[in-house]
Parts: sequence; structure tokens; C-alpha cells
Amino acid sequence: MEVLLGITGKDFVLVAASKAAMRGPTILKAEDDKTRQLNKHSLMAFSGEAGDTVQFAEYIQANIQLYTMRNDTELGPNAVANFVRGELARSLRSRSPYTVNLLLAGVDGITQKPHLYWIDYLASLAPVPYAAHGYAQYYCLSTLDKHHHPDISLEEGLKLLEMCTDELKRRLPIDYKGVLVKVVTKDGVREVDFDNDKIVKSA
Amino acid sequence: MHSTFTTYDPDGHVFQVEYAMEAVKRGTCAVGVKGKDVVVLGCEKRSALKLQDTRITPSKIAVLDNHAVLAFAGLNADARILIDKARLEAQSHRLTVEDPVTIEYITKYIAGVQQRYTQSGGVRPFGISTLVVGFDPNDKVPRLYQTEPSGIYSAWKANAIGRSSKTVREFLERNHEDDMDREQTIQLTIKSLLEVVQTGAKNIEVAIMSPGQTIEMLPEDQIEAYVKSIETEKQEEAAKKKTARTSTTTAAILTRGGGESGDA
Repeated sequence: MEVLLGITGKDFVLVAASKAAMRGPTILKAEDDKTRQLNKHSLMAFSGEAGDTVQFAEYIQANIQLYTMRNDTELGPNAVANFVRGELARSLRSRSPYTVNLLLAGVDGITQKPHLYWIDYLASLAPVPYAAHGYAQYYCLSTLDKHHHPDISLEEGLKLLEMCTDELKRRLPIDYKGVLVKVVTKDGVREVDFDNDKIVKSA
Repeated sequence: MHSTFTTYDPDGHVFQVEYAMEAVKRGTCAVGVKGKDVVVLGCEKRSALKLQDTRITPSKIAVLDNHAVLAFAGLNADARILIDKARLEAQSHRLTVEDPVTIEYITKYIAGVQQRYTQSGGVRPFGISTLVVGFDPNDKVPRLYQTEPSGIYSAWKANAIGRSSKTVREFLERNHEDDMDREQTIQLTIKSLLEVVQTGAKNIEVAIMSPGQTIEMLPEDQIEAYVKSIETEKQEEAAKKKTARTSTTTAAILTRGGGESGDA
């Protein structure tokens, strides 16, 4: 019951990931960061098999960094997404594949356009305006379908995100300990203050 | 004598390694200078041919990781291989221990690779010396190391490798002070390079490392400004000597001739 959400806007991408690290029915940690920054302008959020997730994310992170140093060029969001998909597809056909679902957020350094990619453990890749992984899909996509449009501001984006988390609080049977929110802009990646303490009453 | 293996001769020399060191001496000069909280690399650049695209011609200064930079003297092609190995190790180290490499660690690794190529069959030693500079993670102490084809590595306050490195090193020995600030350190780096680089700003490359920061390449116009100020300074000094000389006679002319032609 991990939550991953991604919302693109006019010149940014918002990424939210639940803060609970769970094992079976137990919460082991309530301040978990399910994201890794791959380079200045791209951020990857991950969920799935514990262990696989961080291992895969950091492996990708190291390889993106290595590529940047070797070629003196930063990979754009599209290139990163396709590299990640390729690695996941390779792993899928090995003896022990990674079971990892990903959201990849990035801003193109040249066009300064925001990009969001939805990638699952079967190495499907889809560029999307907004995305969710896991149970969050059932509760949030309808809200996002109704309220999202491509040129929203960051404030509107955060408001939209709050609508999503409200619905999750209302419907998800488990406390996911709030979300950690990060935003990718042309200036890089930064954490955003987000009120997780708001109490939402179920109908 | 020309064997494909790197073996001793009866006097204890390993010729292949000594040839490699000869290749280093023929390479363009590179300088590293430590200041109080800065470390600067300076490189002599080969002058570009008329049709060469200098923007995309590889530099002698290479980034190993965000906090570690290397400059080399010797065979460019050999350097590429060694740099790639070092970059791979830097990322691999991050992945396995969740910490960036220390400058000493990556130097030791580079020297280790160089040593390996002096002791196995069918390979040729790397024809390069390197200067590795940077700051350890969460540390403000500048680091400067040198590696050689034999696999020796050593730590320095300031050093030079490559062509005329002896002249530059002697200049650094005369002029280096502890706890220099950023300006002084850059100045000393460029000044020492100008001892052996005739063509001035166009053939110099400068990289600056500061704590917690990535590499900063000094823009060409700024290098030019440094070169100009150093040259006027030199001229003023020469003029001072001249006025001092006019009062005495022929003996002073001899000292001037000997003093100004530093390199061969």
C-alpha cells in the first residue's frame, strides 16, 4: 500500500511518495524517502519489493552519474526514462528480476518543459501528464482526470495533490504516514512543505 | 632490450617504465597548487590548428566525480582509459559504501592500476603522470596528489608534471606560501605556468576546486586578465632592475641576461 503520485504543471513536476516503510502489517519507519535524484533535473520515485527498490534506484543513479562524467553531458528526462526502462527490461528477462515500480520526473534542460514517465516492473514505459502507482491509482486518477490541465501553476498543483491525499486518507484502510513531496523545476529538485496532519473525515 | 614484456635489466631498471616516464616529460605541462581552502589546477594547452574545433576537443582536465578532478601529462590516449577506470571506481564506491571516494582513495586506486600495468605480461605501462585534486566529502582541507607510471603516488602542497616540470616546480618552491587565498592561488598557478608557456592566456586552462563544490573552469577572458596583470608586474620589476642597473655598469647586464631566460 505504498503511494506514489506525480503531477506535471506548466514548468514543474510534483512527486509525492508515502513516508511509511512497511514490512507485512508493520510500519518500520515513518520518515522514509522513496525517491532518488538521478541528476540535476531528474528525480525517480520507487515502490515495490523492499530491497529491490533502493538497490535498483541507486544502481540507476550511479550509472546516470557515470554517463554524465564520461560524456560531459547531462541526460534529458526522455533519455533517462528510456535508459531506466532498458535496464528494467534486461532485469526482467534475468534469473532474478527487480520488482520495482517507478515514476520518473524531469525537466528538460534545454526546452525547460516538464516530463513525467510512468514505468512499472514489467518495464512498460508511458509518458503521462499525471500518474500514480499502486492502490493510489484507484483513488486518485479520477480526481486527476477531472481537475488536471497542462498549464497549472505550482500552487494549483499542490492543491490538486492535496485533493488526492485527502481521498487517500478517506479511502485507504492503512495509514501511509503522509507523503514526502518534491518538485522538479529548471532550477533542480527541492523538497516542498506539505501539510500531512490535516484530518479528513470519511463519509 | 626491446622486449614485449616489462622485465628488469641486470641493473634493476624496468625500461618500459622509464620509457613511460619519458613520454610524460614530453607531454604538456600541468600544475596543481593548494591554497588555504582552495586547490587550483593549471594546464598548458597545445595550440589548436586553424580548422580545429576547440570547443569539443577534449581537455587535459577531467572530472572523476563531483568533488574530484584530475589533470594529466603524457599520452592523451592512455589517459582516457585511466580516467574511465577512475570514474567507474568513483561511482562503484558510492554505490557500495554510500560515500563518495576520498581523494587519497581514488589516487591510490589510479596508482594501483598504473602499477598493475608494469607487472603483467603483454601490456604497456600508462605513459602518463596525473595530478588528482579536490576535497574529501564534508571536509574543507584541500588535497593534491600525484601519480606516476610506476605506480608511485605522493601528496604535495604544489607540484608540476610534464614538459619543463622541473622549472615550474622550482618556481613553485620559491614562491609557494601556506594559507594562500583563492586569488593568490590562482595567480601563483598561472604565474608558474607562464614560466614555460610562451603563448600566454590562449594556451592555458585553469580549474578551481572549492569545498563542497563541483569543478569551476576559469573563463578564458579571466585567465587573460590574470596573464596581463602578471606581465605588467613583470615589466615593472624589469624596469626597476633597469634603473638600478644604470647606476652600476656592465656586470648588471650579465645578470639580466642570465635571469630572464629561465627555460630552454
